Amino acid sequence: MRKVNDVILRTVVKGVVLIILTLGVYLFFSGHNAPGGGFIGGLVLGSAIVLLYITYDIETIQRKMPFDFKKVAALGVLLATGTAIGSLYFDVPFLSQTDGYFNIPFLGEKHLTTVTIFEAGVALTVIGTLVTIILSISEDD
Amino acid sequence: MNNIIVLPLIIPIMTAVILVFLRNNIILQRIISLITMVFVTAISILLLLNVEADGIMKIDFGGWLPPFGILFVADSFSLLLVITANIVAILCLIYSFSTIGFRHENMFFYPFVLLLIAGVNGSFLTGDIFNLFVCFEVMLLASYVLIALGGEKVQLRESIKYVLINVVTSWIFLVALAYLYGTLKTLNMAHIAERVAEVGQDPLITTVAILFLIVFSIKAGLLLFFWLPGSYIVPPTAVQALFAALLTKVGVYALIRTFTLMFPLNQEVTHTLIGIMAGITIVLGCMGAMSGKDVYTIATYNVIIGVGFILIGLAAGTETALSGAIYYLIHDMLAKGLLFLLVGTMVYLTGETIVKRMSGLIQNYPLFGWIFFIVLLTLTGMPPFSGFVGKILIGQGAIEAGSYVLLTIGFASSIIVLYSLLRIFLASFFGETTVSEEDKKPIPKGVMVSFILFTIAIIYLGVGAESLSIYVQDAARTLINPSIYIDAILGEGI
Repeated sequence: MRKVNDVILRTVVKGVVLIILTLGVYLFFSGHNAPGGGFIGGLVLGSAIVLLYITYDIETIQRKMPFDFKKVAALGVLLATGTAIGSLYFDVPFLSQTDGYFNIPFLGEKHLTTVTIFEAGVALTVIGTLVTIILSISEDD
Repeated sequence: MNNIIVLPLIIPIMTAVILVFLRNNIILQRIISLITMVFVTAISILLLLNVEADGIMKIDFGGWLPPFGILFVADSFSLLLVITANIVAILCLIYSFSTIGFRHENMFFYPFVLLLIAGVNGSFLTGDIFNLFVCFEVMLLASYVLIALGGEKVQLRESIKYVLINVVTSWIFLVALAYLYGTLKTLNMAHIAERVAEVGQDPLITTVAILFLIVFSIKAGLLLFFWLPGSYIVPPTAVQALFAALLTKVGVYALIRTFTLMFPLNQEVTHTLIGIMAGITIVLGCMGAMSGKDVYTIATYNVIIGVGFILIGLAAGTETALSGAIYYLIHDMLAKGLLFLLVGTMVYLTGETIVKRMSGLIQNYPLFGWIFFIVLLTLTGMPPFSGFVGKILIGQGAIEAGSYVLLTIGFASSIIVLYSLLRIFLASFFGETTVSEEDKKPIPKGVMVSFILFTIAIIYLGVGAESLSIYVQDAARTLINPSIYIDAILGEGI
């Protein structure tokens, strides 16, 4: 196969991926009160990873990120269902949530919720599923 | 707090996910999935005893009160089905341990079976119709994988059809939900029932109800069963049995729930339609079962006859008929599961699917042969086996409701079922054996264990019908008086 000269793509992607990842994290945390959340955040984060896969080849990325993305998805589901079933321990209805304001050093008073943990599970599931789908499609040519 | 109701849904899901991490340890996967299912069954039985003592239980997710939040409802009807579904799943798992093969086990077979069960349990337990849609999807997604897993050519062909039909059906389901929400502004089943009772079932609502009838009919294989015979025979035997025992029955459950709780007012239209569809289903199913030359075709058309017969109970709509339908539903899940396992084992032992090419199985495998004979009697409705009680009660109900045509069709179908299965029994089990004692394949021990446990369950359901009758009667009473259900969910005051 002829080597394609993609130096511009590679250079641009290095910067762009950072921006996409930042946007993804921002969307993830802006969740529960503003547009955003685990699903969209996960999609954006996943798309950054897919962009890396497209720009560099699969082997290179897998060396740097040695995750089995099927297991990432499974971990996400486990996290999400885990927070849901955690309600049982506190004797409140299934899927109950709670929140509170905490004073964290350097960051000031922050609003922390258990929804964020659930959303993290959703985000991991989305990332895992997205990347697994893209990798499975790319395998058969 | 009634959090226990959600366990039959959430435990299989979490276990399925944990099993993903144990991909390479197959023995551990088997043990964990079996323990999970036994645990879930025990919980369901506990729930049934609770419901019997204290009435219908519900759990509002996240504390959002109905009709705003989603909720799970445990009444006798849904719990009886959850218990049966889990027992069938346990026995199919035991069967699959010794037959499914390493390729399936390594490709997440057990996680997907558990997800399928989670979807089935969720569909039975949910009290919110949109949540019913979600649970249907959980179940269907798992079934898509299970039907295609193995990757044989015929599997891919049939799974494409299966997926397409189910995706289109799910889309119609969603459209029906949108119409329903547009007219009644609620998705909580009890709240829908209450609003329909308030405003009366006008033609618009009846149209929406018929849309639901179409959706659930495709899922249940009521009249719209064109997809069923092709797709149920391609996956491995254990999966076939799970599908035959559970998937269509979830559709039947949804039909019964929809037309007793939510849309019971315009019975001249809806119940007549269901009656006609049930009658035609039975006739077509009988034709298929009689004309079938291979064991799979005969078995799948028997599933269709069973669906039609259960829905005679719904069409008749009296309390006796509904308790008959519940008995028969439980019986059908067990008997059809066992029938498919037996048929699959026949094919495994002989390498043939055509009835006439098999012969003398009973000489090599006497116990196997007699278990087939018991299933034959059960499906025909002979006392003391499990089909008898259901058939009698549905018949009684049909007489009460004056639907003699359905009664005749229903009982005539028993003869056809007898004929179609007796043909297999005479041709394949009796006669001269073609296999010598040395050449015969042994039946794995796990398979025989599963058969024997199934047979015990069937005999118990027939002989011990009396011990179940309080639960079945309670279930039928709730179905016939939707106000019990509505009051339990929304409270007396609203």
